Amino acid sequence: MFSNFDLQQFLFGRLTLEAIPYHEPILLVTFIVVALGGIAILGAITWFGKWGYLWHEWFTSVDHKKIGIMYVVLAIVMLLRGFADAVMMITQKALAVGASEGYLPPHHYDQVFSAHGMIMIFFMAMPFVTGIMNYIMPLQIGARDVAFPFLNNFSFWMTAGGAVLTMMSLFVGEFSRATWLGFAPLSGAAYSPGVGVDYYIWGLQIAGVGTTLSGINLIATIVKMRAPGMTMMKLPVFCWTTLASNAIIVTIFPVLTATLALLALDRYVGTHFFTNDFGGNSMMYMNLIWIWGHPEVYVLILPAFGIFSEVTSTFCSKRLFGYTSMVYATMVIALVSWLVWLHHFFTMGAGPTVNAFFGIASMIISIPTGAKVFNWLFTMYRGKIRFETPFIWVVGFIPTFVIGGLTGVLLAVPPADFVVHNSLFLVAHFHNVIIGGVVFGLLAGVQYWFPKAFGYKLDPFWGKASFWCWLVGFWTVFGPLYVLGLMGVTRRTQHFDDPSVQPFLTVAAIGVFIIAAGILAFLIQLVVSYFRRESLRDVTGDPWDGRTLEWATSSPPPPYNFAFTPVVHDLDAWWDMKRRGADHPMEGFRPIHMPRNTGAGVVLAGLSTVLGFALVWYIWWLAALSFVALMAAAIIHTFNYDRDYYIPAEEVVRLENQRMAQLAGRA
Amino acid sequence: MKTNAWRNSQGGPEPMHEMTPPPGATAPVFYEQEEHAHGDGGTLFGFWIYLMGDSLIFAVLFACFGVLGRNYAAGPSGADLFDLRLVAINTTLLLLSSITYGFAMLEMDKEKTRTTLIWLAITGLLGAAFLAIELYEFAHLIHEGATPQRSAFLSSFFTLVGTHGLHVTFGIIWLVTLMVQVRLRGLIMANKRRLMCLSMFWHFLDVVWIGVFTFVYLMGVMR
Amino acid sequence: MSDVVEPGLAGRPQGHGEAHGPHDAHGSQGTFRSYMTGFVLSVILTAIPFWLVMGNVLDDTRTTGIIIMALAAVQIVVHMIYFLHMNTKSEGGWTFLALLFTLILVVITLVGSIWVMYHLDQNMMQMPPHEALQKP
Repeated sequence: MFSNFDLQQFLFGRLTLEAIPYHEPILLVTFIVVALGGIAILGAITWFGKWGYLWHEWFTSVDHKKIGIMYVVLAIVMLLRGFADAVMMITQKALAVGASEGYLPPHHYDQVFSAHGMIMIFFMAMPFVTGIMNYIMPLQIGARDVAFPFLNNFSFWMTAGGAVLTMMSLFVGEFSRATWLGFAPLSGAAYSPGVGVDYYIWGLQIAGVGTTLSGINLIATIVKMRAPGMTMMKLPVFCWTTLASNAIIVTIFPVLTATLALLALDRYVGTHFFTNDFGGNSMMYMNLIWIWGHPEVYVLILPAFGIFSEVTSTFCSKRLFGYTSMVYATMVIALVSWLVWLHHFFTMGAGPTVNAFFGIASMIISIPTGAKVFNWLFTMYRGKIRFETPFIWVVGFIPTFVIGGLTGVLLAVPPADFVVHNSLFLVAHFHNVIIGGVVFGLLAGVQYWFPKAFGYKLDPFWGKASFWCWLVGFWTVFGPLYVLGLMGVTRRTQHFDDPSVQPFLTVAAIGVFIIAAGILAFLIQLVVSYFRRESLRDVTGDPWDGRTLEWATSSPPPPYNFAFTPVVHDLDAWWDMKRRGADHPMEGFRPIHMPRNTGAGVVLAGLSTVLGFALVWYIWWLAALSFVALMAAAIIHTFNYDRDYYIPAEEVVRLENQRMAQLAGRA
Repeated sequence: MKTNAWRNSQGGPEPMHEMTPPPGATAPVFYEQEEHAHGDGGTLFGFWIYLMGDSLIFAVLFACFGVLGRNYAAGPSGADLFDLRLVAINTTLLLLSSITYGFAMLEMDKEKTRTTLIWLAITGLLGAAFLAIELYEFAHLIHEGATPQRSAFLSSFFTLVGTHGLHVTFGIIWLVTLMVQVRLRGLIMANKRRLMCLSMFWHFLDVVWIGVFTFVYLMGVMR
Repeated sequence: MSDVVEPGLAGRPQGHGEAHGPHDAHGSQGTFRSYMTGFVLSVILTAIPFWLVMGNVLDDTRTTGIIIMALAAVQIVVHMIYFLHMNTKSEGGWTFLALLFTLILVVITLVGSIWVMYHLDQNMMQMPPHEALQKP
């Protein structure tokens, strides 16, 4: 056994110094920039002695508000990474026409588009949506926290761990070249023997655990922890969309987990699920991954729709039109989203009967979506509209998203799809609905709820500048791509022979820099608003004259959210309370039962990330060790029964008096 | 402030909720002055939702077996390999373990720590016996050359049955951990909650096994 | 200044269920009788399929297949009712709703995958006759 023992291979698996990409100038420069930036940030934290603060107040916090903020911060950081990939792709495409090869060889380009999609969906959109749902939903239902606060913290760190593992692939080894979904057989051991697909698999498996648990958490919260009087049909629309989105999550992420596990088995153990030989069937991978993939996009868009509903009714000073139909539309969309997945592979050959079923189902799903759009428009009609920054995003969203939805209906027709499948038309369609729908919704949500989280509004000028750059930039990029797609240009290409595509791609490249200006304006907005926070301060807790219960708290809310649980009588509970002169009780404050902070989430997620890394590089001793440590840490954690404490009544009194003083001061 | 046409359609101020707030006030009550307990805080429901998700993992594995289950790649099929007597024994063991866990829960309801632990131990032993037989079966198949790498049929067989076995393994680890915790702290509410979650898990595994022995073994032998 | 109410016995905020016993609708809910009923039914519903297949009782494998699948479905329901105490009242009906939703999606996954893959295989995996022979 020991005659051929290679110590280096035992210790490091297949990790060697060659894994570090010294020879790739782009990566080298990126590494230097990231390293310097990282050192600067870590150095600053150390210099100002803030590690204790960060650990105790943020990293170990089980407060849904803090966890929500951390999710959004993660999302914004990963937005920058994913966007950098986008800039690289479109500039490469605009340059590499005819004789020019551009600067990104196919080997690198393929990693860029795979990383771009995977990061934007899993580490930008999902955490962003999860963060906002986490922060806002418990407040809107009058609860003090989510159902399982520790699990919430653990879920966040698992998502972060998955992001860390994915980012490591940039500097140690390489990333997957098999698209954001890891298509088999390309992603199998025979065609992708390197570490790229393994990074992809383990990054997603780790993040997937976090997402699934978060789904369970948010569903249980809505079902079990609503304030008295808040029946389901008095739930704010954002909470309905949260419920629908998480119901989808809980059912589809196990599918993703199982499918990626099967792919991992093929790669690590040599099974034949998706291989070309010994009875494997790579079409089954497509089938399973899209069973996950289609409902996933509804996970993202439904909360965005919820945000739009909240923002529209607030800034039109009017109850949302057609609440009941909104609720039904949301649940119908959630259910039908499970019935359309084959439209992603009409061209794979299932035949006319199967294609017809899924094509019709895909067209049907546009109906409840259309109903929602009409409800927003009818809400605006004869409303008293205030064009504040959050509402501007709604105005941009409606035409943009509707056009994207229409191109979706076009794609739902199988014969039409046969022409434009996997062309730039498809790329333009899904960016249209994701950017116009999801991203616009999330950015509207940030503008709307930032004052609640931090106590001051965001600077309106930079907010509007950001919006206009996003809107103009988006259409500048994807308008030409729609045209190119109809002309027959294929996606995922890094070089074009036909020079007539270049003008379109050049316009698109310009558009990407306009979006970049939009992102920059957003970051500037954050900085400028921080420095101007006193002039932007809101002491009322209700800067927009809102309608739902989150506006009943101070900004930011106290750790316990509500000193006394609100009792709900009507839809738009806060509006009802304001209208009927509800008085905030001034006495009788009691100690409040709260969950304790814990470092267990960080530890478990950290061990999972180490396990993932070890599996990627075949460092078996480390994998075994970290796995055992993970199990042990989890079991040890269950022996800790001391999970809660009481905020003393004196502390509650102090905080509530502070609030009363604020409200009185402004009067 | 414009109110538009959205008057409170309910009319009266009384809310409809299983946790009714203090009644009797003529003006509507907007804040709860008395705190209500939250029952079990949603743990049992949350765990049930987790089991629903787990069902979908098994659904994918069953779907794979359904699609790939006849791809023998000129290798052995279920009829060649499966020993239904072993499967019958295993099924019996698992079913018995379900009933012994049920007895443990009955003892828990009666606050009888010692007998609860005894029935839990028996459940664990039955589960371990199930695993031992399954491991023996797997080892035998591999020895015969029917490895997971031999064909897509065998890949999906080993994965589906193996995943079930892995769940049983985790269940046993959980069971032992809980026995220690019950020994240390008694049948406090937190431990009872955990025992009820494990109960759901354990019975769920038996439900999945019904699918396994029907579709994999019985149907597999007949193909 | 506001008053502080000292947490006396009457006003003490309840912890998460420490004071509640198993009567709080979350006891194990089973009885000896229900477990035994479930057990006996399960034994019968297991014995019959095994007997049918091992004894090669019916000549037609298709009929046998349908019968054992039906019995499996019945046994799953038996387990749900007698062991998992499934009912439409638990958690205000949410448990049952979740089960129903999951069941629908499991059926969609199974039926959908098999239907889709069957058609894909028919159209895309055509092999020469001698290779198409699946039986060993």
